[in-house]
Amino acid sequence: MATISREEVAHLARLSRLAVTDEEIDMFAGQLDTILQAVARVGEVDVEDVPATSHNVDLVNVLRDDVIDACLDRDLALAGAPDPFSNRFRVPQILAEGE
Amino acid sequence: MESLADRTAHELSGMLAAGEVSAVELTKDALGVIERTNKALNSFLTVSDVQAMSAAKAVDEARARGEKLGPMAGIPVAVKDVLVTKGVTTTAGSRILEGFVPPYDATAVQRLRQAGAIIVGKTNMDEFAMGSSNENSGFGAVHHPWDLSRVPGGSSGGSAAAVAAGQAVAALGTDTGGSIRLPAAFCGLVAIKPTYGRVSRYGLIAFASSLDQVGPMTRDVTDAATLLEAISGHDPADATSLEDPADFTTGLDRGIKGLRVGIVKELFTEGMEPEVAAAVRRGIDQLVSLGAQVEECSLPSFKYALAAYHVIAPAEASSNLARFDGVRYGLRSPDARDVTEMMMRSREEGFGDEVKRRIMVGTYALSAGYYDAYYDKAQRVRTVVIRELEAAYENFDVLVGPTAPCVAFKLGDRVNDPVAMYLADIATIPMSLAGIPAITVPIGLADGLPVGLQIFGPHFSEAQILRAAFALEQSAGFDSRPRRDFAHSAAPQAKPGQP
Amino acid sequence: MLSFDDVVARYEPVIGLETHVELGTQTKMFCGCPTVFGAEPNTQVCPVCLGLPGSLPVTNKAAIEATVRIGLALNCSIASWCRFARKNYFYPDMPKNFQISQYDEPLCSDGYLDVEVDGELFRIGIERVHLEEDTGKSLHVGGATGRIHGATESLVDFNRAGIPLVEIVTKPVPGIGARAPEVAKAYVAELRDVIRTLGVSDVKMEQGSMRCDVNTSLNKLGETWGTRTETKNVNSLRSVERSVRSEMIRQGNILENGGHIIQETRHFHEDTGESTSGRSKETATDYRYFPEPDLVPLAPDATWVKELKAALPELPRVHRARLTAEWGLSALDMQSILNAGAVELIEQTVAQGASPEAARKWWLGELSRHANERGIELGDSGVTPSQVAQLQKLVDEGKLTDKLARQVLEGVLAGEGDPAEVMAARGIEVVSDTGALTVAVDEAIAANPDIAEKIRGGNQAAAGVLIGAVMKTTRGQADAKTVRELVLSRLSN
Repeated sequence: MATISREEVAHLARLSRLAVTDEEIDMFAGQLDTILQAVARVGEVDVEDVPATSHNVDLVNVLRDDVIDACLDRDLALAGAPDPFSNRFRVPQILAEGE
Repeated sequence: MESLADRTAHELSGMLAAGEVSAVELTKDALGVIERTNKALNSFLTVSDVQAMSAAKAVDEARARGEKLGPMAGIPVAVKDVLVTKGVTTTAGSRILEGFVPPYDATAVQRLRQAGAIIVGKTNMDEFAMGSSNENSGFGAVHHPWDLSRVPGGSSGGSAAAVAAGQAVAALGTDTGGSIRLPAAFCGLVAIKPTYGRVSRYGLIAFASSLDQVGPMTRDVTDAATLLEAISGHDPADATSLEDPADFTTGLDRGIKGLRVGIVKELFTEGMEPEVAAAVRRGIDQLVSLGAQVEECSLPSFKYALAAYHVIAPAEASSNLARFDGVRYGLRSPDARDVTEMMMRSREEGFGDEVKRRIMVGTYALSAGYYDAYYDKAQRVRTVVIRELEAAYENFDVLVGPTAPCVAFKLGDRVNDPVAMYLADIATIPMSLAGIPAITVPIGLADGLPVGLQIFGPHFSEAQILRAAFALEQSAGFDSRPRRDFAHSAAPQAKPGQP
Repeated sequence: MLSFDDVVARYEPVIGLETHVELGTQTKMFCGCPTVFGAEPNTQVCPVCLGLPGSLPVTNKAAIEATVRIGLALNCSIASWCRFARKNYFYPDMPKNFQISQYDEPLCSDGYLDVEVDGELFRIGIERVHLEEDTGKSLHVGGATGRIHGATESLVDFNRAGIPLVEIVTKPVPGIGARAPEVAKAYVAELRDVIRTLGVSDVKMEQGSMRCDVNTSLNKLGETWGTRTETKNVNSLRSVERSVRSEMIRQGNILENGGHIIQETRHFHEDTGESTSGRSKETATDYRYFPEPDLVPLAPDATWVKELKAALPELPRVHRARLTAEWGLSALDMQSILNAGAVELIEQTVAQGASPEAARKWWLGELSRHANERGIELGDSGVTPSQVAQLQKLVDEGKLTDKLARQVLEGVLAGEGDPAEVMAARGIEVVSDTGALTVAVDEAIAANPDIAEKIRGGNQAAAGVLIGAVMKTTRGQADAKTVRELVLSRLSN
C-alpha cells in the first residue's frame, strides 16, 4: 500500500475535526503509515463469499414501544454545557454547512 | 499493614453475614489503603469516600433489620472511569471530559448498587480505553503494584492495580480487544470478558460498539463468577443486550474430567517471551492432570485478527468519539472564531496522541475509496475468525492459550512504538472479534511477574469456562493476596499521559 | 433574457424531489422523550438524544410501522432485512455528530405515486423510503436577518433532535416538459394527502413537519441530462412550483449564454420567489457510512406487512374517485377542487350537512378568491367547514340571501365568530317580516308614483327601481325576490 502523504493526514485531521500542528502532521504521517501498512494485511485473506459481520449478536427487530419515558431535568441537561445561554447551548458562529 | 479488603468477596460475604465484620469497617479499610497508596499507583481518578461510607452504613442497617442480602452486599468495588456514574465525575481517562459529571448511571453500575456493592471510586485507564499499558491516560500512568516501574497493563490498568493492591476487593473493567484480560494477567488477577451482549453497554462510554464489554476483575474465580452474575442480564436500554439467564456460580467446583480442551497454536506467537510461554504450558499440563482431554489445534485466521481489529475498532471509535466537540459538555477551547475552529481546537487540546491516531486511522478506513479495502475487508476477516472458532468448538469444549505474549513491561518501553504496543493484545483480540467469552487465570510467574492463562468457549459458555478456570486455579495455587510493599518505591516519577 | 416558455421550447427539465416527513409518534426515534411541538427549549431531552457519553439508541416500533405503511401506500417493496447506518458529519445541532439513518438498505424501495395535472396522469417513481432521526434546532443570533449568514453565534435547542424523520426520494422525473413546476407541486400535494390519510404525520409544511428539497436539471432536447442543482428551504406548495419554475429559467438562461451549471445547493426565498447560491458541492461530502453497530437489523415479518397493506385506508386517488361519483362531478371538476386544495374541506362541509354543490360554491368561489388574494392556503383561511355549512343552512332557511351570506362570511373570516354570531353582531338578517316589508313597499310606491303607474300598466321591468328603493330602506336585508313579488302584487289591483 502507498505511503500516506502529509496532505492526506491533514485532510484526515480536518475531517475528524482535529487541529493538528505541522509537527504533529509529520509525526502522525509516519505512525499512521506504519499502522496502515500493518492493518493492510487484512487484504491477504481470501474472503470470497464471506459476508461482513456488522453485529456480534444474532438478534433482529429489537424495538421499544412508543411510550414516553422520563426526560432529563433541563438544569441537568445544561449542567455540563460549556456556554449555556437562554436555556440553550451557545456556540460560536457557524460558517460552513455540516461536513 | 493488614486490611479487611485484602480478602476475597466470598470470604468477606460470609464474615459480613455472620456479623464478624461490618460493611463500614470493611469500606474504611479499603479507603484507608487507597489513601496510603494512590499517590504511588495513580490508580484512582476519583475516590467516593463520602458516598461509599454512606452506602456501607445503609448495608449494615439493612442487615441489622434482617433483610436478606446478596453476596456482593457491602463489598468495596472500584469502577473503571469509562462507566458513567451519576453525580460522580467520569472522564474515560481523558482531559476532554475533565470534570464531567454524568446525570445518569450506567446499567452495570446500577446493578452493582442494587446488589449492595460499595463503589469506592473511579479508576484510571487508557484514554477512551485505547491502550494496553495505561500510559495513555490524560491523568498520568498507573503503576504496577508489584513493581512501580512497570505498567499494570491496559486499558483497565487502574482497576487492575486497585484490586492487586487491595484498594478494592473487586473491580469492574471493560474489554474491547483485551483491556480487561491483559491487565488482569499482568497483575495476577482473574478477569472475564463475557459473551458480547451479556452485560449491558448502556452507560459504557463507547470505544468500539461491536466489541466493548464490561467485566469483573477479581482475585479469584469464585468472585469473578459472583460479580459477573450481579451485573449480567438483559437491558431494554441496550438493543444489543441478550436475554440469556446468568447462573455462573452453580457447580463451579464440578471439575473438568473429560473436558475437551484445544490449545490454539497461533496464540503462541513468534515474539512471545519464552518464559511466559513455558509458564502457560505448565498451566496447560495441569489441565491434563485434572482430567481434561487436551490437544493442539490451529486457527490460522488468528494471524489476521490483530490487523482486522485495528481497522474495525478505530473505525467505530472515530464515529463514537465525534460527539466530543465542546458543544454540550466537556472541554471547550476558548476564543475560537467559529464553531468549526472551536470543535477542532477542543478536540486537539482534549485528546491524547493515541486517540488522535486511532480516530484518523478509523476515518481513513471508512472513507470512500478505502472502505472496501479496509473496513469491509476487516469485517469479512472477522467472519472468517468467527467461523473458524465455530468449527473448532465442534471438536472442543473450550480453547486455551496465553492471555499475553509477555509479562508487565517497564513504563516507557513501548510508548513510542504504537504497533509494538498493539502486539500486547495479540492473544486477546480474536475472542473480542468473535464476541465469545474468555477468562484469564493467573497460573504462575515468569521473571517474578504474573502470567495468565486464557480459557475461552463458545457464546454463552461462561459457566463452563469458569468451571475450567476454577479447577485450574485450585491446582495452580497462585498467591493472589494484594501486594503493596512497593519494593521499588523509589521508582521514577510516572510519565504524565498528556500535557 | 429567456422566459419560461422560451426555456421549455429549447430545453427539457428533469426533476427529483426529496421529502422529509416528521412522524407524529409520541416519542422520539431512539429514546422515550416526548415530541410535543413548541415545548420550552431543552425540556424534551435525555442522555440518548443529547448524545451524552455512554448513551445508546433503541428503535421506536411505531416509527417502523408508520414507515412501512408509507412505503406500502407508495407501492414500494418492503425490505425483508435491512439495517440502520451512521451518516458521519460534524454540526453543532447534531448531538452525536453522526445521524442514524439508512444508506444502501432502505426499509422501502422502488414504488410510485400517480399524480394528475389537468387531466394528464404522471407516474412519479419512488426510489426509496427510509427512516432517520432529526437534528436539533439552532437560533442564529447577531446577524440582521436571523439567518445563519452574518450571525455571530448560535443557540441550540435539542428538543427536535431524535424525532423520527421519514425520507422519501423520487426517481428522476424526465419527460414532463413545461409541466414540470405543476407536476412537482402536484406530487408534493398528493404525497402530503397520502401521508395525512395514513395518519402518521400532520405534514404541516409551515411547521416543518414536511420539508422538501427540489432537484432540477435542464438538457437540450434529446441530449443527456444536465447537471442538477438542489434547492432547499422550499416551505409551501406554492414554493415547490415557483422554485422549479425559477430554477428552470435560471439554468436555461445560463445554458443559453454558453455557461455551465454548477452542481450546488441553493436556498429558496419565499419573498422573492428566487433562490440564491448556497454551498458549492464540487466534491460530494463523504459521510463515511457504515452499519450502525448499536442497533440490530430490522426484519419486518412478511405476514405483518401483508396485514398492514390490507388495512391501509382508502388512499386519496381512490377516495377522490369515489367522491367524484357521489357528488356527480366531472373529472375536471374534481381536478379543480384538488388544485384548490379543497377536497377534504368540501367533504367535511358536506358531512356537516351542506350539499356538495353549495360546499363547492363557497370553497371554490369566495373562499378561494380570498385565499389567493392573501397568498395563503385554503385550509388556513380562518373559516371552518362547519361554519360554511352553517352559513349555507341559513341561506337555505331563507334567513340570508346569497349576498347577505357573503357579508356574513366576511365577518367570519375577520374572526368575528360563527355565522349566527356575526349576524347578530352586525345586525344582518333577511327581513322576512311581511308586514314591515309591505310598509316599505308602500313607501316606495308612494315615493315613485310614475314608476308605479308604469308597472300597473304592465311594465314589470320597471319594478327594479322600486325594488332598489326597498333594498335601500332595508339596508339590503330584504330578499329581492320577495320584494319583487310584493311590489307586483301591491300594484296588480
